[in-house]
Amino acid sequence: MSTVATEQAVASLAPPREPSLWAERAGSVRRYLRRNPALVVGLLMLLALLVFVVVGSFMVDLQRARPLSARALQPPSAALPFGSDKQGRDLFAVMVAGTPLTIRIGLIAGLIGTTVGATLAFIGGYYGGWIDAVIRVVVDVGLTIPVLMVLIVLAMTFRSGITVDQMALIVALLAWLFPARTMRAQVLTVKERGYVQLARLSGVSGPEVIVKELLPNLLPYIVASLVGSVISAIFASIGLEILGLGSADAPTIGMTLYWVNFNAAIINGWWWWWVPPIVVIATLFIALFLITVGLDEVANPRLRRQV
Amino acid sequence: MRVEYVLKRVGLFVLVVWLASTANFFLPRLGGQDPIRQHLLEQAMLGGYVQAGLEEMVKEYDAKFGLDKPLWEQYVIYMGQVARLDFNYSISNYPRTVTSMMRDSLPWTIGLLTTTTLISFTLGTVLGALLGWPRAPQWLRLALPPLMALSAIPYFLVGFIMLYLFTNQWSILPIFGGYSSGTQPNLSLSFVLDVLKHAILPAGSIILASIGGWALGMRAMMVTTQGEDYTIFADAKGLTPFTIFARYAVRNALLPQTTALALVLGHVVSGAVLVEVIFGYPGVGTILYNAIRQSDYFVIQGIVFGVIVSVGLATLILDLVYPLLDPRITYKRA
Repeated sequence: MSTVATEQAVASLAPPREPSLWAERAGSVRRYLRRNPALVVGLLMLLALLVFVVVGSFMVDLQRARPLSARALQPPSAALPFGSDKQGRDLFAVMVAGTPLTIRIGLIAGLIGTTVGATLAFIGGYYGGWIDAVIRVVVDVGLTIPVLMVLIVLAMTFRSGITVDQMALIVALLAWLFPARTMRAQVLTVKERGYVQLARLSGVSGPEVIVKELLPNLLPYIVASLVGSVISAIFASIGLEILGLGSADAPTIGMTLYWVNFNAAIINGWWWWWVPPIVVIATLFIALFLITVGLDEVANPRLRRQV
Repeated sequence: MRVEYVLKRVGLFVLVVWLASTANFFLPRLGGQDPIRQHLLEQAMLGGYVQAGLEEMVKEYDAKFGLDKPLWEQYVIYMGQVARLDFNYSISNYPRTVTSMMRDSLPWTIGLLTTTTLISFTLGTVLGALLGWPRAPQWLRLALPPLMALSAIPYFLVGFIMLYLFTNQWSILPIFGGYSSGTQPNLSLSFVLDVLKHAILPAGSIILASIGGWALGMRAMMVTTQGEDYTIFADAKGLTPFTIFARYAVRNALLPQTTALALVLGHVVSGAVLVEVIFGYPGVGTILYNAIRQSDYFVIQGIVFGVIVSVGLATLILDLVYPLLDPRITYKRA
């Protein structure tokens, strides 16, 4: 069992050789997925959200996610499948429009955070010296500061008329710290491996070693770190929105929860208002969590014998 | 303990404090907002005041809060105030000072979060140890999927669900505030019981939301320690399974858990802002939420700064104490 896993790991890390291998590889991917149910279930849950958004966008006019589109506080009915909120938003339209917006914030901030973090980690970890020292101190200082607090001050600063993308950029400002730290540790270990040493001794330049030797081998870690960054970015954005620092006219999931809390919808028994956003968030976070668990297994073959 | 290490670590802390206070000073000014004009305008709109005297009022208040001086002078004055832990008055709750508001709210937050962190750490670790032990009863395994789900979803979702369950389903517990309104905080038994009763829901949400993480971490470490040579050796020596479980596997798996506990305890003050908001708990988070709603900049700045410094201080203390607990961590230069 473990030798098969190792072979697969080696196969997936090796550069593509011949096209005839593709069929074989597809088979091994299928076999691998069967043994990694966490990844499969996580991806399926994400797919379900996607199907909901795509099918939903054909069923409802997204303009109805604005206030005064429907009568206020209607429980679910045939015309309003998810009912409406106190300001007359069609909550089905809100969920269909809001789910991709919330994921968008996470993706933008997560991609920026991981890219910047990985770049700094590769440069600092590989070259060392004063660059590394500066990066390390900045990351150490940054990680002692509670993220939400800094984001609150930033969001307050740009409060008037913030858009969803600006929100993502604000969250991204701090999203690179953690990837930088974890990836730097990985670079430090990989850099001492034989093949990297060999490349360096053969006179391969620094950037080339990073791109051709380090990057492909750390790719699973980078992907896992990306998912982690997306999770924390979505978490941070929803936190800011519940505190009232989001984009007031964007129908994101976080803003829906802000209105839920603001209007005490739970205490008032307007269940249709808060159940959908909670289901969407729970699905999203559990899906991303399962994907991290699954990816962790890809990145860390040693975990495989325990599963 | 190396003096050099301590100095470096303290230096880092001072850097954090300076950075936080400087950013706190400059960022709101970069945004080009005028909190006093904004607040007066809001009041004028609400109360139907005559707008005529507004400009003079803005000038008067600017002078009172020192906002008419040049920027560098404001900065120097501000840093002096920070050093004295004076964060000015709350704009919305004038004449209360920001410092007094923080003094009232910090104990609530620290009390709630420290207790819940310790409880969920203990429960989660015990659960995780059993989950990672092959001889544990099989039915325990049923707990794994819910624990995974709980560790994945954000903690405030648990808060929302608890709020629903205890308002619409079973209304047996107070759902709002830190103590019954109308009572004055004192040290009588009835007040303490009242506080405990009010703490059950926020505390329960935090414990439920964090127990999964502790359990999963402990379970993973148990799997690792049980594969180590010393455990196999202990088994070969013929030690009882329970001895191996308690003295070999659990004991060694506890170390990384304790490290994580130290890190989490450091972030106690900023831990559960949103749970406080959901249950109206009178801690730092609720004050912050109200201040954001009322654009009370001085309160926001004071609290953000206070939380950053508390977290920095807690991390500093833990960093200095931790190597005493684990002799393998040395103070050598990285």
